[in-house]
Amino acid sequence: MAVIWCFSQVKGAVDDDVAEADIISTVEFNHSGELLATGDKGGRVVIFQQEQENKTQSHSRGEYNVYSTFQSHEPEFDYLKSLEIEEKINKIRWLPQKNAAQFLLSTNDKTIKLWKISERDKRPEGYNLKEEDGRYRDPTTVTTLRVPVFRPMDLMVEASPRRIFANAHTYHINSISINSDYETYLSADDLRINLWHLEITDRSFNIVDIKPANMEELTEVITAAEFHPNSCNTFVYSSSKGTIRLCDMRASALCDRHSKLFEEPEDPSNRSFFSEIISSISDVKFSHSGRYMMTRDYLSVKIWDLNMENRPVETYQVHEYLRSKLCSLYENDCIFDKFECCWNGSDSIVMTGSYNNFFRMFDRNTKRDITLEASRENNKPRTVLKPRKVCASGKRKKDEISVDSLDFNKKILHTAWHPKENIIAVATTNNLYIFQDKMN
Amino acid sequence: MLRGRRRMESTLDAQSLISISLRKIHSSRTQRGGIKLHKNLLVSYVLRNARQLYLSERYAELYRRQQQHYPDGAPLLAMPACPPPPAPPELPVLPLPADTQDREVRSCAAVRGGAELLEGPVCAAPPELQRAPCRDSSPGFYRAAGSAGPGGGGGGGSSAAPGLLYAAGCDFGTGGVPHCSSRTTVLDLDTHVVTTVENGYLHQDCCSQCPCCCQPVAGLASPPPAPGTKRKYYPGQEEEEEGVEEGEPGGGGVAGGPPFAPCTKRARFEEYSAEHPQDSSNISNLISIFGSGFTGLVSRQQADSEQPLNGQLCGKQALASLGAWTRAIVAF
Repeated sequence: MAVIWCFSQVKGAVDDDVAEADIISTVEFNHSGELLATGDKGGRVVIFQQEQENKTQSHSRGEYNVYSTFQSHEPEFDYLKSLEIEEKINKIRWLPQKNAAQFLLSTNDKTIKLWKISERDKRPEGYNLKEEDGRYRDPTTVTTLRVPVFRPMDLMVEASPRRIFANAHTYHINSISINSDYETYLSADDLRINLWHLEITDRSFNIVDIKPANMEELTEVITAAEFHPNSCNTFVYSSSKGTIRLCDMRASALCDRHSKLFEEPEDPSNRSFFSEIISSISDVKFSHSGRYMMTRDYLSVKIWDLNMENRPVETYQVHEYLRSKLCSLYENDCIFDKFECCWNGSDSIVMTGSYNNFFRMFDRNTKRDITLEASRENNKPRTVLKPRKVCASGKRKKDEISVDSLDFNKKILHTAWHPKENIIAVATTNNLYIFQDKMN
Repeated sequence: MLRGRRRMESTLDAQSLISISLRKIHSSRTQRGGIKLHKNLLVSYVLRNARQLYLSERYAELYRRQQQHYPDGAPLLAMPACPPPPAPPELPVLPLPADTQDREVRSCAAVRGGAELLEGPVCAAPPELQRAPCRDSSPGFYRAAGSAGPGGGGGGGSSAAPGLLYAAGCDFGTGGVPHCSSRTTVLDLDTHVVTTVENGYLHQDCCSQCPCCCQPVAGLASPPPAPGTKRKYYPGQEEEEEGVEEGEPGGGGVAGGPPFAPCTKRARFEEYSAEHPQDSSNISNLISIFGSGFTGLVSRQQADSEQPLNGQLCGKQALASLGAWTRAIVAF
């Protein structure tokens, strides 16, 4: 691979005892790449901002520092169903910037919120009738008229919830995606997809409903959904059966009938008890160009050409050595892990996570792949990451790691790639690693 | 085709997968955030796959034993005084191949998803008395003699058979004479009457003529009822009466008849799966509970509304009408 990856930063607590609330549940760059947001199980959102590039430090790009932290969602209790609603942030999606403020959507299992993040770096001083601390002056002491003026202050970043989109989902929300019209967005749960207008919170349109009349007949659920990056009428959703459906909202109001169905026939020689589980798609992402889409199932990443429905154009094995371990992975629940995947800015490389804090990149042009590790061992800035290799069986070479010594508690589910640069954000359980390519 | 020890291993794997899956479903009820529909759906697929293998291995073992006991192929007639009642019309008698080891039991037990039931109990019974355990393309229904079920093939859904449940209480345990060793306990959800069926026949029909059938069978928790008796079922009773309701009791309700899980105490189910993971007859009971693909999720009452969607149901009535399965998974 042409890019040489180096450690840049790591965020988060150092100790091995991970508080559950600190587990990172989503990572997302904004459209310019200047901001990087993370959500965690405790319902908090932390936004990092890249420093302005220092002209003297040409060997590295700006660092990401904490810009804003706020509590997005709180745990709730649904009394009617006797059910606790987790505050865990499932997804964050940024809106494109239109003015000085930044906007993002964050969602937990049931409620989506639109947050405005704005800066305040000056404040009015010199009120006529008020003291600086806000107390009103004794009117008898007011003898002159003065108009307050703005004076600089320490930068304060404020996050305020501008819209709350609630009560539209019966099942657990797994995806949100902003339309290219920048006015609407979709939210998807296990059985339904709703279309919202960003300005309107009291209603949404249901555009996909796969709930069967008789729940006995339930055979699949929706696992992810995304709008096409350019066509505002097109979106896709993936299912637990390994299929992807492309829908056109111009065709009908309720897009239960797909325009295209992407499905690869199962290889019968690979059939096992767990075939259904490992074929379930955990993430779907359009390429930036909009020509391709990528899906992630338990063992592989597949690239689909939107013009070809019967099979993917490329398939990359992420950790095929796990195929013989599926029974143990079922027992310890790891087989249910939902890995995400992402494209680089030019759609030439795709990335996804694995176990043992490994993550993988696949170069679509050279067909080369690399395995890297997010570890505090390499935490000096600009340390080059050494490629890793897992030994599936037989003799283990030096520096290789055998499958049995992989740590399945250390999983990388969430990764993000800067939209323009070779900067990646990789989330381990409770730490966020930032890697950059080596600049000379 | 698995043989010998490998066959045993795969049966054990299937059994342990089944109990692991049931434990997952059970523990999902108490996790934060409500029951995850996606995960439980996937677990139900594993359960179904394991069950298919388990059943196919069981049948293979049955045939093997039969061959062992009667290598000359003489019929296994255990109750010579009991004439077989007429077989239900839609189920052909499964012809025994000459060499059971070559039989493709796996394809035989290929039960599709959907609302098919556990195939009727097939134990060491004479070949001509044996019921067809399964069908490739249609659900393997077994109805006790006397219940006039309409054709159950194809369709996939359960039919208008009145609320009868089948718990495969098949017992291999006693080794020896496989006589009358197959029991099916049937619970009628309409009348809450429990009936024990031997070798596919109603106990009262068969054992009224054959007193030897009335001996209690080792491995089963409750003594067999006296011939011809029926018992009133109460939700608090022993779990022998667990089973899966097939079809719509009475009229009305959702077309396609969602099978219900039975009225059993949740606590009993818990100890059941925890204490007897390897007991094949108990596994069969559990399998019968989860016989259908993803059944028991919806109760009639809830089919109309989406109300108790991700939560536990309130109210003893609601609880009584749902079985462990329904309570384990999301009620929709």
